[in-house]
Amino acid sequence: MAMTGVLRPGHAQVRVLDLEESVRFYRDVLGLVETGRDAQGRVYFKCWDERDHHSYVIRESDRAGIDFLGFRVLDKANLDRLEAGLKAYGIATERIPAGEMLETGERVRFTLPSGHVMELYAEKTKVGNGIPLVNPAPWSLQREHGIGPVRLDHALLYGPNVAEVQKIFTEVLGFYLVERVLTPDGNANAAIWLSCGQKVHDIAFAEYPEPGKLHHCSFLMESWEQVLRAGDIMSMNTVPVDIGPTRHGVTRGCTIYAWDPSGNRFETFFGGHLPYPDYETMTWTFDNFGQGLDYPQRKLHETFLTVVS
Amino acid sequence: MQHTVTIEDTGERYACAGEESLLAAMARLGRRGIPAGCRGGGCGVCKVEIVSGEFGTRAMSRDHVDDADRAAGRLLACRVYPASDLSLKVVGKLQKSVCGVVRPVSSVTPPVTR
Ligand code: FES
Ligand SMILES: [Fe+2]
Repeated sequence: MAMTGVLRPGHAQVRVLDLEESVRFYRDVLGLVETGRDAQGRVYFKCWDERDHHSYVIRESDRAGIDFLGFRVLDKANLDRLEAGLKAYGIATERIPAGEMLETGERVRFTLPSGHVMELYAEKTKVGNGIPLVNPAPWSLQREHGIGPVRLDHALLYGPNVAEVQKIFTEVLGFYLVERVLTPDGNANAAIWLSCGQKVHDIAFAEYPEPGKLHHCSFLMESWEQVLRAGDIMSMNTVPVDIGPTRHGVTRGCTIYAWDPSGNRFETFFGGHLPYPDYETMTWTFDNFGQGLDYPQRKLHETFLTVVS
Repeated sequence: MQHTVTIEDTGERYACAGEESLLAAMARLGRRGIPAGCRGGGCGVCKVEIVSGEFGTRAMSRDHVDDADRAAGRLLACRVYPASDLSLKVVGKLQKSVCGVVRPVSSVTPPVTR
């Protein structure tokens, strides 16, 4: 499959209540690589195997939650094309100048009907993963620090108007619907999982009355073993764990949900099936949501539905 | 040092050390659902109203604790550390797990159904 439009979620900017406590958490417990700090006081991180300058940015604030999620697109022509598509669809866009975020080109910013701020961008400095491009080793020592995920994988966001959000992603941004959970009456989607490539999801949404909420940002692990090791490291550092280690029915991914020191949930994730754009959407009825969330325990954990930041 | 925390709604008492949050110690009461949230001051599920006593706090989200809340002692139990014996009332989402209060259907319906 040729990927010519949106490639991947390339950065999330998340608010934290205490910057240095959070830096210690993300750097030393989750094991991200700190790549910079800017004049606004934001701290930039990447996962060890990511090649772009950053994928996760934290900012000190008096509220937890997510500022925005940015998607990397193939090139500037596609950035212009996608922005034109959003405008034609009736969505206001704004250009954030190059350099506003460290080592990042111009960004197209817009707000979804769920209240979430999204960005598209085509340029970010490639700092590499510490492994040469010629005769590369399979990993570097950066992997051995903390939990050590390989990349920012996806985010699950909670807010209203999920049906509208789905249309924007599928009709304008080139995503397709991989899986969904129906509302109890079966007439609408309570939650949707969308992909722009062959990942089982690049972004997901759940219907929720309050706009702009973060359910979790997810970090990819290389194996189930690594997810279990992540759980060990969480407990060694008394990180509050929400759910898992277990396996989702939806996506088939292996998971732990836990919280950062400001109450922003994050996930250590592995696996999932590999969809193609021509695959038919898989549907979960609401009475099977428990299996969708936690397949072995078949349990719709209350926190999954009610605890967001 | 251990302090005694009284939950005024039920009359229950529990011990809480000064370096332990009110929520973490309350969880040892073993009530189902008490430590349900993020334990980081970000999600707002653990709100209590401190009626009397000395305490210290760590940062908590303004989405859940505004100036009026702060002035009234309505705080997030996961971010409050006792400095003396104190008493509190549970408010908001904690009420159900602590008091077993049956709330109106609308507030216990899964939010995804809108
Ligand atoms: S448990 Fe989330 S704010 Fe206390
Ligand atoms: Fe996830």
